[in-house]
Amino acid sequence: MHDIPQRGVSPPNQPLLQAKGISKLYGTFLANDAIDLDLFPAEIHALLGENGAGKSTLVKVIYGLIQPSAGELRWAGQKIVLAGPSEARALGIGMVFQHFSLFENLTVAENVALGLAPTESFAAISERLAETSRIYGLPLHPKREVWRLSVGERQRIEIVRALMQNPKLLILDEPTAVLTPQESDQLFLVLARLKSEGRAILYISHKLEEVKRICDTATILRGGKKVATCNPRQETAASLARMMVGADIGEVKEASGRGRSAPRLVIHKLSLTPDDPHGTRLDEISLEVRGGEIVGIAGVAGNGQDELFAALSGEQLSPDPSAIVIAGRPAGFLDVNARRRLGAAFVPEERLGHGAAPRMKLSENALLTGHAASGMVKRGFVDKPTTLAAVDRTTKAFDVRKAKRDPEAVSLSGGNLQKFVVGREILREPGVLVVSQPTWGVDAGAAATIRQALIDLAARGAAVLVISQDLDELAEIADRVAVMFHGKLSAPLDAAAATRERLGLLMGGAAPERAATEQEADRAVGA
Amino acid sequence: MRLVLERRAERSTTAAIASPLIAIALTLATMTVLFALLGKSPIAALGVYFVDPLTDTYSLEEIAVKATPLVMIAVGLSLCYIANIWNIGAEGQFIMGAVAGSWLAVRTHGTDVGCWLLPAMLLLGALGGALYALIPAICKVRFGASEILTSLMLVYVANFGMDYLVRGPWRDPHGLNFPTTGEFDAAATVPSLIEGSRLHLGSIIALVVVMLATVLLGRTLMGFEIRLIGAAPRAARFSGFDANKLVLITFAVSGALAGLAGIIEVAGPVGHLDPGISSGYGFTAIIVAFLGRLNPLGILVAGLFLALTFIGGENAQILMKIPLDLTRVCQGILLFYVLACDSMIAYRVRLLRTLPRPAHAGA
Repeated sequence: MHDIPQRGVSPPNQPLLQAKGISKLYGTFLANDAIDLDLFPAEIHALLGENGAGKSTLVKVIYGLIQPSAGELRWAGQKIVLAGPSEARALGIGMVFQHFSLFENLTVAENVALGLAPTESFAAISERLAETSRIYGLPLHPKREVWRLSVGERQRIEIVRALMQNPKLLILDEPTAVLTPQESDQLFLVLARLKSEGRAILYISHKLEEVKRICDTATILRGGKKVATCNPRQETAASLARMMVGADIGEVKEASGRGRSAPRLVIHKLSLTPDDPHGTRLDEISLEVRGGEIVGIAGVAGNGQDELFAALSGEQLSPDPSAIVIAGRPAGFLDVNARRRLGAAFVPEERLGHGAAPRMKLSENALLTGHAASGMVKRGFVDKPTTLAAVDRTTKAFDVRKAKRDPEAVSLSGGNLQKFVVGREILREPGVLVVSQPTWGVDAGAAATIRQALIDLAARGAAVLVISQDLDELAEIADRVAVMFHGKLSAPLDAAAATRERLGLLMGGAAPERAATEQEADRAVGA
Repeated sequence: MRLVLERRAERSTTAAIASPLIAIALTLATMTVLFALLGKSPIAALGVYFVDPLTDTYSLEEIAVKATPLVMIAVGLSLCYIANIWNIGAEGQFIMGAVAGSWLAVRTHGTDVGCWLLPAMLLLGALGGALYALIPAICKVRFGASEILTSLMLVYVANFGMDYLVRGPWRDPHGLNFPTTGEFDAAATVPSLIEGSRLHLGSIIALVVVMLATVLLGRTLMGFEIRLIGAAPRAARFSGFDANKLVLITFAVSGALAGLAGIIEVAGPVGHLDPGISSGYGFTAIIVAFLGRLNPLGILVAGLFLALTFIGGENAQILMKIPLDLTRVCQGILLFYVLACDSMIAYRVRLLRTLPRPAHAGA
């Protein structure tokens, strides 16, 4: 019913790339189930879907990284088999990955040269790089080392590198996930220009507003199957979400009468030099989180959020004991378990390998953070029934879907494992909860459950600190939002004052006052 | 057609049990080929290796005697290996344990010191092995030196140290200049379990070690810590465990077990200290640890199997003039197959039809 053939721009009748009945089987898991996709020149085509819907698999097939189990690809009408990405590139398919593959210690030009054929001289490549970045308005210094660059600038390298091969089809995997709103706007201008040059763009995203704004066509995947191809401009965000999820998503409800009590987590002039030479130095960070309150920390990845989380959890000790105060006690010198005993709980960004051990059972993963303060260990012996009971309680309270009572963590889907990892901490009723990217890579249903649980926990009097790159998420749950940039933390803004524009400017490094005045100036110009 | 390895959603329990059995079957097949190349009848040779030793009491007792040090050392090594810590120097710790315990036996030789002598020797043996194992552990924690290299090289230091002692200060004055200490007194000897048999108390100690390790790994927080650090180091740090502390503990425990095995071997079946006390037990135990899937009960079975190859190899040398080196070759091949078959636990092997590759489609 959503198969609408008309498009914003009238394309030539021949699709540039056609995927016909693409299926990919991993063991017994069908990641792609007979997917058809037509990409036309001068078209921005969105590939929409939740995590695990099969977007990455399909794109990897198109870029030659994996072979489909069934189905075929056609390029300008001719059947093709791509044995590898180099064959895809030779054909005119370029790709910008979500995770960059850049050498930190090399310069921009050196990184670009490494990805190109060795037939061209280094000087010629540098010149072509400068030229390409000028034409498309993607400013880059060819001689700068990559480790000095922001995430947005690194993405520019990847885009320029792809453009230098003059692709007819450019694939972008969630490019705005790491950008400020302003940087995203810049990127959209570049995409519009590429489209006007007649290139096809395959744009992977789960941000619906963005897709409605820039894409001509959207193909929606769910559970490995194609649900629909439609014109996103004729859909509402709600109708797109329904196709993506297959059901309506519950709204997160604000708990009524949330009172603020005394500060339970205080960070006072915390400065910390990281062990990793490419890490970010924390610079005099101060913040108070009171009981009953959710404070958000926004910012582009790599601005010191990981270092701040390690300092708060105690995985990295602070130079001064009173730089971090938990429940009124100086905690800067305490290790992670001593902090847990003070009533603090932590949820790191990485589920697998950091928050949970992939190849261990859930009961053992309950023990992972529970052994210090939950009565799971008696005289050095693990009390298995208690750990299993903790798994059962988490399963029930957070609707964790799993094949058996106590499976290995790695066998759970991302959303279910995240519900387990967050639920494990919340059921301990912590007085302080620090959580990093609580709904990263999680399906919409699980994200709503987790956000609701955070709000309910704060309503019961806990101090909750949420580190997130997702501004929509922070707008939904946070009472105050501070922004991290280059290891410094801005003063927190009240939710009402924390508009996307203002946060965006802070995320880009504007001084707080300037952010405010620029916004007013914008308003004056707009008026 | 091509072979591909596909990751399984969960580790396969069937494959975990089948893997060592398949490895043993492949080893037997390889040995058959080697016997045939040597011009011996493979059937007769395999019979001498694996069947004959199981048919008489003496050989069965010998298997238990040989398995005792292998199992004790391998259990200690498995604790290291589970935690991704690589102690390759158990042979040196075995020797140092034997030397430390023997010191007391040599000092008290010919005097009546009472019943505390043997327990004190065993304690010294364990302590000697543990302290010797702590050298590579401290080098790793303090200076970041690879424990694989340092622990291995210290084997040679221990070997030459013992050589010096038995050729120099501890040499038996009545030993016709052979490099050996005098026979230990009865009070300094590990008692036999059965009168007139070589089966000794050490075998019981090895069984106790297996039981304690099973409880440690399966039931205690320390066991969880060892498994977690090996499986997910970053999660272990988040769990509040100190990786450096665990390097010291696992090295000390595995060194103590190797040292204990060393002094039991010297004060038991051998009866004196000489350069030939170990037939490479510390190295063979690495094979035992992996063949036993780093599981204490599995190690018990694997230790008995490896002991069988030792006894069978000696019989084959005597009866069929098959060189003893072939036994070593087979033990090495066995480790090779075990590690190869292990990949089937986390992966599944599949045969895929290769997709037809057409000529480069015109772009």
